[in-house]
Amino acid sequence: MIERRPGLTVLSHLILLLGVLIVAFPLYLTVVASTQTSEQIAQSVPMSLLPGSNALQTYKTALLGGTTAAGSQLSGAAPMLWVSLVTALIIPLGKITMSMLSAFAIVYFRFPFRNLVFWMIFVTLMLPVEVRIGPTYEVVASLGMLNTYAGLTIPLIASATATFLFRQFFLTVPDELVEAARMDGAGPMRFFKDVLLPLSATSIAALFVIQFIYGWNQYLWPLLMTTNENMYPVVMGIKRLIGGESYTEWNVVMATAVLAMLPPALVVMLMQKWFVKGLVDVEK
Amino acid sequence: MASITLNKLVKRYGNGKTVNQVIHSVSAQIDDGEFVVVVGPSGCGKSTLLRMVAGLEEITGGEISIGNRVVNTLEPSERDIAMVFQNYALYPHMNVFDNMAYGLKIAKVPLVEIQARVDKAAKILELGEYMQRKPRELSGGQRQRVAMGRAIVRQPQAFLFDEPLSNLDAKLRAHTRLEIQKLHRELGITSLFVTHDQVEAMTLAQRMMVMNAGVMEQFGTPEEVYSRPATTFVASFIGSPPMNLLKNAPDARPGTIVGIRPEHLDITATGWALRVDALEMLGFERLVYGRWLHGAGNELVIVRSDETQPVPGLDTIIHVTPRADRLHTFDAATGKRL
Repeated sequence: MIERRPGLTVLSHLILLLGVLIVAFPLYLTVVASTQTSEQIAQSVPMSLLPGSNALQTYKTALLGGTTAAGSQLSGAAPMLWVSLVTALIIPLGKITMSMLSAFAIVYFRFPFRNLVFWMIFVTLMLPVEVRIGPTYEVVASLGMLNTYAGLTIPLIASATATFLFRQFFLTVPDELVEAARMDGAGPMRFFKDVLLPLSATSIAALFVIQFIYGWNQYLWPLLMTTNENMYPVVMGIKRLIGGESYTEWNVVMATAVLAMLPPALVVMLMQKWFVKGLVDVEK
Repeated sequence: MASITLNKLVKRYGNGKTVNQVIHSVSAQIDDGEFVVVVGPSGCGKSTLLRMVAGLEEITGGEISIGNRVVNTLEPSERDIAMVFQNYALYPHMNVFDNMAYGLKIAKVPLVEIQARVDKAAKILELGEYMQRKPRELSGGQRQRVAMGRAIVRQPQAFLFDEPLSNLDAKLRAHTRLEIQKLHRELGITSLFVTHDQVEAMTLAQRMMVMNAGVMEQFGTPEEVYSRPATTFVASFIGSPPMNLLKNAPDARPGTIVGIRPEHLDITATGWALRVDALEMLGFERLVYGRWLHGAGNELVIVRSDETQPVPGLDTIIHVTPRADRLHTFDAATGKRL
């Protein structure tokens, strides 16, 4: 915008600041609460907005579990974080592998009903886990995959979105490149590995971030399909800390929430460089 | 090195009612070490022909042999040929060295030899200092040389060029044309070069194949194609300005077309009478556009004269005489040379 109107600038900054506040305040509250003791939170209404001094103790309890001052027995978040991490890694890696290979097949191989296959995959976009949760549960249960990593991840791996994304990307790769590879004697998988894979690096990075967060934030599916405490992901763990029969230790809940937020935030921050790189030098 | 033989080559797309035949029974023999240019307007099937030789396009009918081997069912990489693509088709994520070495790596050539061959090609093409660069860091001409380098390192039986100069600017194109010529002299590898540019065809070809609508109209040396065009299509396609193809020339027999190139018409005191319709002054040459005085006056006759001749005024009447040994006669119905 070339227009210079001081009033407009002030207004737009106000709106932006308001937006930041709306997003940041709950986050701040979470962090602050996690540094106080549960008594402090319970007794002062409204809650103090200054950090307390109990951070170390609270995070220790949140992570490793133990008995709190109020006498409730809590299980630590560490094993749940591990479960979350494993699922959140298997899901994007599996998704990327599967969808890249299926997009590769759809774009580069001529087989009967190729378009039909593509559209069938595409149509499953309309059927996210939540819609097919009943039958999927039935299948997973019959296969004896309840309370396993396989059960947690496999139903979430098939992805029309990612297949579609890679298909669109592969369609932009010039045909001459395929032909050059054929002349060079590269077979289909060799071409896939040596040419398509490096060219898709930035798409893969983007997809990884999105799907990592998707996998990390799964709540409904694990809720349905895990009954064993060892297989609870951390998102479920937070819910279990709240409103059980025992007294809710809000400081531990908040600390667990902060812990649960860290890995996705870390992934986004680390992979951001890749995004920017991908946007700056388009290699085609 | 090897010869390439095309035997009654046919290409059809589609089946049933929507058959589209793009190559009509083309037969030709390209000798060992020869540089042959396939030239024709866009859509004439010249690229398809090349891609069939390369193995990128299936062969509907006929046979292609490279050396003494029929290659119809062989994969492109098994045909022992190398191709230079119009858009170069360099692998964008590999540097120049890897681009050239990729085919050799797949063929499991020992690393020392790969290094030696790539170095040699880089030296021929003056690419030495760019070996670690990515294609996007190169200019168009450099990319083009890398694409040629990729072909050279494979030491193939034949080179296939698919309009490799069409993405270069005019100056670079002329320069690269000379380089390709030089390269062919040095390496002596059988080459098949596709272009729509007749200047490229005339300058590069030892023999040229003129194609139109999937039919090979003529296959001969540039000299033959220019001086004895086999059909009216060849006559009008090769040469600029194109040959005059006249139905109403004063001494034309009925049912024939008289062909005479603009440069073979001399302005004289007597002869064919023309009214000057337009003039184009191009410095070293002049093009005079005239129309017949007699009969159906709408036929345009182009005369090329040079700066030594006086400039005729517009709408004046001039007389031209064709050089007798440069007159061509074609059958009006078939377009074939008589």
